[in-house]
Amino acid sequence: MSGSEVVIVGGGVTGLSAGWWLARSGVKVTVLDKFIVGWEASGRNGGGASHYSSPLFDEEQRLWPQMDELLGYPTEHQKGRILIAMTERQWEQYRFIAERHTRLNHPVELLDVKQVQDAVPLAGDNCFGGVHYKFGGHANPQRTVQAYAWALQDLGGKIVQHSPVTGFETAGGKVTAVKTANATYGCDAVVVAAGPQIPQLMAQLGVDVPLAAARAEMIITEPAPMMPLGGVDGHKIYGRQTLRGNLAYGGGPHEWLDVDATGPKARPSTPLARNLAKRLAELLPKAAHLNVIRSWAGVIENSPDGRPILDRLSSPDNVTVASMSSVGFGLSPASGHAIRDLVIDGTCSFTNLDLLKLSRFDGLEKDWREKRGWMPIS
Amino acid sequence: MELNFTGTDICAVNGTRSAPETRYDVVVVGAGPSGIAAAIDAATAGKSVLLVDENPVSGALMGNDTPLYFGGRMTAATQNADRMLEAIFMSMPDLEKAMEAGAELLLGTTAWGVYRNGPGVASLPEQVVGLADAERSWMVGFGKIVLATGARDLALAFPGWNQPGVMGAAALQMLLTRYDAFAGRRMLVLGSHDLALETALLAHGRGVEVLGLIETRDAPQGGDDLVAAVKAAGIPITCGQTIASAKGGIDGVEAATLTNGETIACDTICVAIGLVPSIELVDAMHGPRSLNPARGGYVPAGEPSVDVVGDCAGLPDTGFDHVAYRMDWMRALTAVSANDTIICQCEEVTRADLIGVQPPNYLPRPAAMCARSLETLLKDGPANQDQIKRLTRAGMGVCQGRRCRDQVAMLLALESGTPFGTIPLASHRAPVRPLPLKILAEWDEPAEMEAAWDVWFGIPTQWVPVEDVGTPYEDDHREMLYTGMYK
Ligand SMILES: Cc1cc2nc3c(=O)[nH]c(=O)nc-3n(C[C@H](O)[C@H](O)[C@H](O)COP(=O)(O)OP(=O)(O)OC[C@H]3O[C@@H](n4cnc5c(N)ncnc54)[C@H](O)[C@@H]3O)c2cc1C
Repeated sequence: MSGSEVVIVGGGVTGLSAGWWLARSGVKVTVLDKFIVGWEASGRNGGGASHYSSPLFDEEQRLWPQMDELLGYPTEHQKGRILIAMTERQWEQYRFIAERHTRLNHPVELLDVKQVQDAVPLAGDNCFGGVHYKFGGHANPQRTVQAYAWALQDLGGKIVQHSPVTGFETAGGKVTAVKTANATYGCDAVVVAAGPQIPQLMAQLGVDVPLAAARAEMIITEPAPMMPLGGVDGHKIYGRQTLRGNLAYGGGPHEWLDVDATGPKARPSTPLARNLAKRLAELLPKAAHLNVIRSWAGVIENSPDGRPILDRLSSPDNVTVASMSSVGFGLSPASGHAIRDLVIDGTCSFTNLDLLKLSRFDGLEKDWREKRGWMPIS
Repeated sequence: MELNFTGTDICAVNGTRSAPETRYDVVVVGAGPSGIAAAIDAATAGKSVLLVDENPVSGALMGNDTPLYFGGRMTAATQNADRMLEAIFMSMPDLEKAMEAGAELLLGTTAWGVYRNGPGVASLPEQVVGLADAERSWMVGFGKIVLATGARDLALAFPGWNQPGVMGAAALQMLLTRYDAFAGRRMLVLGSHDLALETALLAHGRGVEVLGLIETRDAPQGGDDLVAAVKAAGIPITCGQTIASAKGGIDGVEAATLTNGETIACDTICVAIGLVPSIELVDAMHGPRSLNPARGGYVPAGEPSVDVVGDCAGLPDTGFDHVAYRMDWMRALTAVSANDTIICQCEEVTRADLIGVQPPNYLPRPAAMCARSLETLLKDGPANQDQIKRLTRAGMGVCQGRRCRDQVAMLLALESGTPFGTIPLASHRAPVRPLPLKILAEWDEPAEMEAAWDVWFGIPTQWVPVEDVGTPYEDDHREMLYTGMYK
């Protein structure tokens, strides 16, 4: 495929990482985004990178520690996570998860209250204990997005911003070009990594991709003293201490939305910031005096089983669909690699992607969203 | 795994939020003259009215230049909340009139966010404003909200501006007239338009030694009467000059040096170049705004249920082009500033790093990173201040851009060769004032919220380790980790 043209629809982490991997293989890539790279979920997430539930997990873990070097730009990646239990029930749940990790040979260690406080000085003695994941980690989403984009450009790839894709040209069972309002981009293969807009785009090719969009929120505080380990979760919230010291946290109820082909109209945060603040003040009581300085929201899509759809279609057979189903930041180094493999070789070289095939939803009920209660509030 | 759907997603936000604690027909934010007038009007018309003002703000917040650019020049009296409350009442007799008219008044109370259903959100029980005092935060429902939040100082960087003693005109007026708590004695004023002239006269009248006004343009910019009054007070106006640097010691500013080499001993440099309407609340609700150079910059441009009055709606239009004037100052100060002049004080972002689109110092700068700059970024499309903020952190600190949002926008316009206003301003988001976690927290949240709370979407199949899919463990996992969802 070297020398051929691949057009990628969507400049989030998934599309950009795929573009970077393809460019590394000598493919000519153009990434089209409706606005600015990483403007949607990819620049608004928690930065977590510890996805043991995914077939891409091993590759995620292998790649992150090398990403700064491979990309040539800082991502702020930090290794390890600690899960702190704030109730007896949580402690039971987290030990259950720890036991599972042990059996899967993922290195974890149970921490008592004192050990939690040593590793996480902002924690209090009000916790029940913790689980130290000696794998996984977190990175800065906004820096990572830009790092992919720049690295891709450094390899000769093109990024065209402010260019919503409006449709495709097809011939002989293949997509031959991707259209925007102002230009048509001829291609040998297409990757559709447009997040919540994937269904609308794929519908134009006669392919039904079941995804529902929702909004999720986060808050961030002013800088706290640096802790030995910044990836601290628990108490049903997730987050990280940035390398500047800020505590960025999310979690809690989401709101299902309808998103049309032009994408989210707005990404409002809500008074949920107060419920996040409550849990963060409980999780890290020694940070309770810190000022919250911002809240924000992002829109992500979910598939009916919450797992990604990562698949090269049989018709049109040069189209690869990539939705990470609301958990795609951390996996992006690996999802890009997988997409590269699918585009160039038709199959993934490092893991089995059967679980992520679109065809698992063949025969899905028409009212799958209603059944799950995944409907926007009318 | 067999999932048994019920038609309800118990982890969705639907129906889980608390109702507002109280409700008023009209909530007025800001108890300056226009806010008080709006409160009196509404109360007289028989409406239930709540009038809130964040003043007196705590000494700690003032130290963070919140809400105004105080530059550390408030006296120790500002640490005494009761005394400040009294000072405010004494200085604003109309507050009593608003209360007599039936408005409820809450001082020391910040409005930190306004929320309503609209694009991207339909889950709010009703439109609400978030309030907070020194003890707690709470939500208040409203029929109409009146924003009378005034205007704040435009800060502009020059070498040495990042030290105590460099402050804004609105902050100075607040300290002199409402708090009676200004700590400076000898002051130099930057600017010569009405704001600078009025500030100089006010300070002079209150016994501050005003050493002079510095104007970058060739002649004084304000009204003839004001210019005459300033001259009559013996205050010199030096034109065709800017400040080249401020020098100081542990207490901050000690002297200012002008571009002509003249050095003036002073303890305060009052930046009186312009005021910017305080539209953070409108920005944070993603309300429309428009650029109006005759009215001080960006002004709210129409949001249902929101009225804007006073300076928040725009400065009085006198035909003066504030934006052109500011850009002249920006050009002059940029010419004297150095690569290492700090632009964003909270995050210590220098001008060179801002224009170079470089990350903060705690991150490595490999060769590829160093090769990037605003110039290379502009090849990808028009500049966007939020994108540059994400990369450089300029405007990402605890003051949330109050000191640098506008000047960064001006600098980007200058450096990218585009008119001010073509680059979208960086966003504000709630809370528009820094609020401690323990204050912002909803401690008495509804049981429905707790019941819906999951760390992510609560989809049991989402987090089953791939090795366990299709094994009995899948069900154990769901039993243990999911609160009955889809059973
Ligand atoms: C609050 C929050 C917290 C999260 N926390 C985490 C976490 O801790 N860890 C984790 O791994 N994941 C997390 N996620 C999920 C993660 O952010 C997303 O799964 C991931 O960013 C998806 O990346 P993407 O590139 O697939 O999609 P997106 O980021 O949605 O990118 C899609 C891109 O496509 C573009 N686009 C859409 N339509 C068109 C069109 N017609 N033409 C051109 N371009 C188009 C969009 O502009 C957008 O840039 C979180 C998400 C949110 C919202």
